[in-house]
Amino acid sequence: MRNIFTICNKEIKSYFYSPVGYLLLTMFALIIGFFFWNVVGYFAIMGARQMQSGGNMNVNEFVIRPLIQNMSVVGLFLIPLITMRLFAEEKRQGTIELLLTSPITDAEMLIGKWLSAVIMYGAMVGFAAINFVFLFAYSNPDWKPMLVGFLGLMLQAGALLSIGLFISTTTKNQIIAGATTFGVALLLWTFEWVAGYETATWAKVMSYLSVMSHFESFTRGVIDTKDVIYYVSLTFLGLFLTARSLESLRWRS
Amino acid sequence: MIRVEGLTKRYAQNLAVDNISFAVERGRIVGFLGPNGAGKTTTMRVLTCFMPPTAGKASVAGFDCVEKPEEVKKRIGYLPETPPLYPDMSVDEYLRFVGALKGIPSAELAKRVAEVEERCAVADVKNRLISKLSKGYRQRVGLAQAIIHNPDVLILDEPTSGLDPRQIMETRDLIKGLAGDHTIILSTHILQEVEAMCEQVIVIAKGQLRAIETLDDLIARGVGAVDVEIEPREGELNFPLVKQVLEKTPGVVRVTQTGEVRHNRVRFAVESTSGHDARGDIARSVVAANLNLNELRSGLEKIYLELTGSQTAAITQEVPA
Repeated sequence: MRNIFTICNKEIKSYFYSPVGYLLLTMFALIIGFFFWNVVGYFAIMGARQMQSGGNMNVNEFVIRPLIQNMSVVGLFLIPLITMRLFAEEKRQGTIELLLTSPITDAEMLIGKWLSAVIMYGAMVGFAAINFVFLFAYSNPDWKPMLVGFLGLMLQAGALLSIGLFISTTTKNQIIAGATTFGVALLLWTFEWVAGYETATWAKVMSYLSVMSHFESFTRGVIDTKDVIYYVSLTFLGLFLTARSLESLRWRS
Repeated sequence: MIRVEGLTKRYAQNLAVDNISFAVERGRIVGFLGPNGAGKTTTMRVLTCFMPPTAGKASVAGFDCVEKPEEVKKRIGYLPETPPLYPDMSVDEYLRFVGALKGIPSAELAKRVAEVEERCAVADVKNRLISKLSKGYRQRVGLAQAIIHNPDVLILDEPTSGLDPRQIMETRDLIKGLAGDHTIILSTHILQEVEAMCEQVIVIAKGQLRAIETLDDLIARGVGAVDVEIEPREGELNFPLVKQVLEKTPGVVRVTQTGEVRHNRVRFAVESTSGHDARGDIARSVVAANLNLNELRSGLEKIYLELTGSQTAAITQEVPA
């Protein structure tokens, strides 16, 4: 347990030794801030029109839900930047030799690194979520579906980060690790498109494998067990592949 | 303390280490000598549990490297050829991280870090970023990292490579100072290094064990081949005369010039009948001929070349239980 903490702590500090951590926090907050401004602006105009015709618009439905969906998409672009250095950098610097000859298990090492990535992503989401606080000042949103949305974001990120972690073990080059992770994440996201025109079994399987098709329920404030299981399984798959990859590193290098 | 039996490591088609066996006693400094690509690093990586062997066994302090890696890792300090440093950390931060990684309790960490910083002479740069340090300092931080958990065994892979002469001397002194508390294996392809630091030598070449003996025995092997440098006490060097003096020395069978005559000095490799130590006689006859004997040393290079050459057969020795 202490070993996991040691590794995790070192990785979190590493994000902020270089500008990477600050950059990620700033970019994410800036992009989500801009989206927030737009969505709220649109909501204000549409809301006024609806009032005239006697209707009422729901803040959760028209502001929070699209914003959380956007955060998930923007996260997709930034996740490779979080994970690409985790093992590739250790391999390039030769510090992987220190880690692999220290009295800690491979599992402790990879969980520590994965956890640091999850915390980094959580910090990005948390920083950007400050926007949402203003909604409570000027409106009356329901906070429960919003929290479910954030839970979905974290589950999705946990899965993609574990895949990025695995990809990072396969190369010394951070750029290769980052680009590959981005490609894989984007494909996993767009897999659901095939369901739009094809109803065969393979299309259903492909659509089921998509990280996006499992996200929708969370944005509606619904925790669906099958979606939770999907993300958790994908996370375990990524961590399992990382462990196997580390083991093969010992045999090959 | 360290036992290696029939160790073999194969990478794809390439046989890196071929059936090596040796044992090292507690408290010794052992030199692991061999040309580049001989299998030194591979053997060390097996001992540090970085990777498993293809065949054979290796154990440290009675724990098998494959079956009980966590016990072995606790007892080993390892300095790879490139020190495993994080350039973005300060020396202090780095050593605290490694200390925690090696299982030093948090309460003792600060004290232990200060101790190794003192011992490895890096205390004056403890707040500096590692990326700003000179190569000599980095090497010493690497050593500090290896000894931080006070391991029984220290494994150092070419600890002085790439350092300048002063840094080499400092690093050697530091390693010698560590000898009492730790069993040390250090690899090198430099003969003088072994001569300067080690009590025992393990010679490997092409993945095979070629010799394992004490430094004294290795030097004794070399008395049959001596390098000398001679300079006339006054006047110009009379080359034929000098050569004649050496050839007429009792026990000498062959005299070969090595290198050009420079600054009125000349060097020879002198071979004597096998097993005969001709050094005393050579010195006496040179001095008697009114010549200065600038240097007289065992021809370690020659032994090294012989041992690591392709003619020498591998030895497979029984490891004492």
